[in-house]
Amino acid sequence: MELVYAICVGFMSACGIFLMLRGHTFTLVIGLTLLSYAVNLFLFASGGLTIGAPAVLNSSENYADPLPQALVLTAIVIGFAMTAFAVILAMRGRADLGSDHVDGIEPFDPLAEEKS
Amino acid sequence: MHYFWVPFLPMFGILVPLLTNKLNRSACTLATALLPALALCLIFLDLPAVFAGESFSKSVEWIPQLGLSLSFRLDGLAALFSILILGIGLLVILYARYYLSEKDNMGRFYSYLIMFMTAMLGIVMSNNMLQLWFFWELTSISSFLLIGFWSHNSDARKGARMALTITGAGGLALLAGIILLGQVVGSYELDVVLNSAELVKQSPYYIAILSLFLIGAFTKSAQFPFHFWLPHAMSAPTPVSAYLHSATMVKAGIFLLARFYPVLAGTETWFVVVSLTGLFTLLLGAYTALFKHDLKGLLAYSTISHLGLIVLLLGLNTELAAIAAIFHIMNHAVFKASLFMAAGIIDHESGSRDMRKINGLWKYMPITATLAMVASASMAGVPLLNGFLSKEMFFAETLEQSILGAMSWLIPVLATIAGAFSVAYSLRFIHDVFFNGEPKGLTKTPHEPPRYMRVPVEILVAICLLVGIFPNYTIGPLLQSTSLVVLNHPLPEYSLSIWHGFNLPLLMSALAIIGGVAIYLNRKHLFKFAGMFPDVDAKLVFEDCIQACVKWSQKITTKMETGSLQRYAFCLCFFALLLIAPPLFDLETTKGSLAGTPINGAVIVAAILIVAGSLATIIWSHYRLIALLMLSLVGLVVSITFAYFSAPDLALTQLSVEIVTVILLLLALYFFPQQTPTSKSRPSHFVRDLAVASFIGCIIGAICFALMTHPLDSISAYFLENAKIGGGGTNVVNVILVDFRGFDTFGEITVLGIAALGIHKLIARMRLSMRTKDYAGRLWAKEKYPVLLSVVSQSLLPLFLLISAYIFMRGHNLPGGGFIAGLITSIALIQQYLAHGVDWMAKRVSVSYHYMIAIGLTIAGLTGLGSWAFGRPFLTSWFEYVSLPWIGKFELASALVFDIGVYFTVIGATLLILASLGKLTTTERLTVGER
Repeated sequence: MELVYAICVGFMSACGIFLMLRGHTFTLVIGLTLLSYAVNLFLFASGGLTIGAPAVLNSSENYADPLPQALVLTAIVIGFAMTAFAVILAMRGRADLGSDHVDGIEPFDPLAEEKS
Repeated sequence: MHYFWVPFLPMFGILVPLLTNKLNRSACTLATALLPALALCLIFLDLPAVFAGESFSKSVEWIPQLGLSLSFRLDGLAALFSILILGIGLLVILYARYYLSEKDNMGRFYSYLIMFMTAMLGIVMSNNMLQLWFFWELTSISSFLLIGFWSHNSDARKGARMALTITGAGGLALLAGIILLGQVVGSYELDVVLNSAELVKQSPYYIAILSLFLIGAFTKSAQFPFHFWLPHAMSAPTPVSAYLHSATMVKAGIFLLARFYPVLAGTETWFVVVSLTGLFTLLLGAYTALFKHDLKGLLAYSTISHLGLIVLLLGLNTELAAIAAIFHIMNHAVFKASLFMAAGIIDHESGSRDMRKINGLWKYMPITATLAMVASASMAGVPLLNGFLSKEMFFAETLEQSILGAMSWLIPVLATIAGAFSVAYSLRFIHDVFFNGEPKGLTKTPHEPPRYMRVPVEILVAICLLVGIFPNYTIGPLLQSTSLVVLNHPLPEYSLSIWHGFNLPLLMSALAIIGGVAIYLNRKHLFKFAGMFPDVDAKLVFEDCIQACVKWSQKITTKMETGSLQRYAFCLCFFALLLIAPPLFDLETTKGSLAGTPINGAVIVAAILIVAGSLATIIWSHYRLIALLMLSLVGLVVSITFAYFSAPDLALTQLSVEIVTVILLLLALYFFPQQTPTSKSRPSHFVRDLAVASFIGCIIGAICFALMTHPLDSISAYFLENAKIGGGGTNVVNVILVDFRGFDTFGEITVLGIAALGIHKLIARMRLSMRTKDYAGRLWAKEKYPVLLSVVSQSLLPLFLLISAYIFMRGHNLPGGGFIAGLITSIALIQQYLAHGVDWMAKRVSVSYHYMIAIGLTIAGLTGLGSWAFGRPFLTSWFEYVSLPWIGKFELASALVFDIGVYFTVIGATLLILASLGKLTTTERLTVGER
C-alpha cells in the first residue's frame, strides 16, 4: 500500500509542477493547488499509514500519529489562503497588464509568424 | 591600561575638524591635532613596559553571539606602527594646514585624514583578525576619499577608483584568508593564532591561506603585479601622499606580513614567493623611478622599490633579515615622508612638479633644498644617515641566504644593482631640482615656504640624522621589542653600529654609490634607451579591463535575467532538483525495515482515480473548466484518503476547503479567458518542463516511500499521553492545535487573516471586463438565481449552522473543531451568496468580515494573554468539568475560547475573500472600485 501511496504522491507532484511551469496564470494556480494536495499527502504520510485508528483517545487500541495530522490541518487552511491569494493576484495582473501570461505578455510565437 | 583608548581617540577625532571648520584655519588644525597627540602620549606612557618585552591585550565583548569582540593589543610591532602613524600623522596635519588652499574644504580633508588614521591604528592594534579586516577595509575606503579629495580632477577620481578596486579586491582575498586561518586555528584572536604556527603550517589549507594573505598584502603594499595603482594615487594632495605612501597605507601590507610572520613564514613557499616578488618589485621600482619626470612620480616608484626591498627582507630565510626589514620600515617612513613633503613644498612654491622645468632651485629655497638633499641622501643609503644602516643590513642579509640554491649569488648582485639605481634617482632628485641650470617656464618665482610648513620636514630630517648617527640610543629599544614580536622567540645577536669594518656589505654599498653616480652621468643614453619602449599607461589598461568586466557581466546578466517569470520558475525547480537529488544517493535502499500495509481494492481504485484525475487535469489544462473539475476530483479523493487513513479531522477540513476552493476558482474563471491559447510554448520547453517535473515527482515519491518504510522516532507519544491529562480533550489532533501548539495556530490564523485582507485590497481597485458570453459564444442563463436553489439553500441554512455548532462543540473530544466548523459555516453562507446574489446578502448580513477577522484574532490573543493573569506563560490552557442541572456534566476549557477565535477568523477570512470577489460581478462593484 505504501508503494501505491508514494507513487500517487509523486505523480501528483509531477503533474502539479508541470502545470506550474506553464505560461498562463490560471493553469499555474491549478498546478499550485494540485501540488499542495501532494504536499499535504506527503506530510501526512510522514506519520505512517494507519487504518481505522484515529487519534481520538479510548476509540481504539493504537492511534495514528496525531502530529502530522495537526500540521497538515493548518497546512490545508493556509494552502487555501495561498491559492486564493495567487488567483486574485493573477486576476489583478490580468486587469493591470491585459494579459494572463505570467510574463505579462504573450511570448513571441514563431509558428504563428510562419502561418501569416 | 591606557593603550585601549588609543584607537578610540582619533575615532572621536573624526568629528572635531567638521565641528571646528568654521573657526580660523590654525584653530581648526590645533583642535584636530589634539586627540591624536593625546593618543601618542598614551602610547608613550605604555612604552617602557613594551620595551621590557611585554605585550598586552584587552578585549570587550561586542557581539558575543557572533563571537565578535572589541579586542586590542599593544606589543612592540603595534607600538612601532602606532608611533609612526600618530607621529607622522601629526606632522602631516601641521603640513596640510599650509599646503591646502583657501578653496579646499579643510574640515573635510582633516576628517578623512583622521578617519584614515583611526583605520590604520585599528589595523596595527587589533587583536582579533576579523576586527583587523574591518579596519583594513576602512583604510581602503578612507584612502579612496583622500586620493579623490580633489574630486573635480578627473585623474584624482580615476586614481582613487583604481586604488579602491585593487586594495578592495585584495581585502576580500584577505577576508577569505582570515576566515580560513580562523577555521584552521579555531579562533580569531591573534593571541591564539600567533602561537599556532605548527598547526597552521601542517594544515592542508596552508597554501591557500598563504596565497590569500599574500594577495591582500601585495595589493596593499603595491608589489608587482599590483604595483600600478600607487603612481596613479599621486594625484592626491601631497600631504595625503606623504602620509599614505610613507608610514601608513602601503605599510599596512608590510605590517600584515610582519604580524603574521610567526605563523605563516618559515616555509619554502613563503621564502620563494615573498622574496622573489620583493626582489622583482625592488628592481622594477628602482629602474622606473629614474625615468619619471614628475617629482612625485619618481618618489612613487621609489616607494614601490623600497617596499619591494622590505618584502624581500621579510622573505629571506634569516632572522636578521626580519630585523633589518623592521628597521627599514621605520627609516623609509621617516625619509620618504620628508621627501614627499619637500616635493609638496617645491610644487606649492614654484607651481610645477616637472623636473624638466624646475631646475636650480637652490638659489631660491636653500633651506628646503638642504633638507631635501639630506633626506634623499638617506634614501640613497649614504653613511651617517638612517637609510645607510638598514641598507647595510640588507646587503649583509642578501649574502646570507640560499633561496635559489647555486644561483643564490644572483640576489646580492641584483640587490647592488637596485641600490645603484636607487642612488641614481636620488641623485637626480637632488641635481635636477636644485642645480642643473635655471628654472624653465615656471609661472611663479620659487621661494621658501611659510616657516611652519617646513617644520615637519626639519623634524623628520633631524630624525634621519639622529638615527643614522646614534642608532643604539634612538631606535635600539623599539627595534628590539618589535623584532621580538615578529620573530616570536629570543633574538639573535645583531649590531646597530655604523662601522662594521671593511667587509662585503660595505663594498656593495660603495659599488652601489659609484654605480649610481655612473648611471646618472650617463642618463642621456639611458633615457634614449627607455624611450624606445612604448609607454604603457596603466590607467588605460586598467580602464579597459574594467570595461571588459562590465561588458562581460552585462552579457551574463541579460542572458540570465530575461524577465520571464516562467523561465525563473523553471530555474528554481531545476536547481531545487540539483540540490535535493544528491543526498538521496546516500540512502542505500528506498525500502526501509518496516513491514508494509497490505493493499486492497479500495486503495487501488483511489489510486487510479488520483492518477487519472491528475493526468486529466494536465491533458485538458487548455479547457480550464474541465481542468478545474478534474482537479476537484483529485481533491475529493484526497479527502477520502485522509478519512481512510484514520484522519477524520483532515478529511473534514479537506472536504470543506475543497468546496471553497472550487467555488473561488470558478468565480475567478469568470474573469479569465475560458481557454488557454493552444500550444504557444515551444516543444523543447514542453519536454524540458516535463523532464524536470517528472524527476522531482520521482524524488518526492521516493522520499515519501522511504519515509513511510523507515522506522521513525516520533515525539507523538507525548501528545497521546498528555492530551487528556494536560489538555482535557480526547481528540489529540484538536488538542495539539488549540493547546500544545496553540501558538502556531495563532500564527496561522493571523496569516490567514492577513492573506484575506491582502486579497481584499487587491480586488478593491481591480477593473476587469465582465463577459456576456461563454467561450463558445453562448449567452449566460437568463435566470440568475434559480428559485429551486434559493429555496433549498435557504431552508438548509439553519441545519448547516446547527451542524457547524455541533462540530465545533465536540471538537475537543471527537473529530471537529474551530477550523472545520468555521469552514462549514462559511460554506453555508457562500451558498446563500450563490443562491441569492451579493445584493440580497448585503441587505441581510450587516457584519463586516474585516471586523470578524479582527474579533477572532482578538479572542484568540486575549485567551492567550489571559494565562498571564494567573502568572502562567502565554496560551497556557485551563479546563474544568462543570455540572449544571438539565444539561449534565460538561467541560469548560480555555482552549474552547481559543477555538472560538479560530472559528471567527476562518469565517471572516473565507467570506472576505469570496464576498469581495463576488462583489466584482455585481452593482456593488462600482462603489468598491471607486473607494
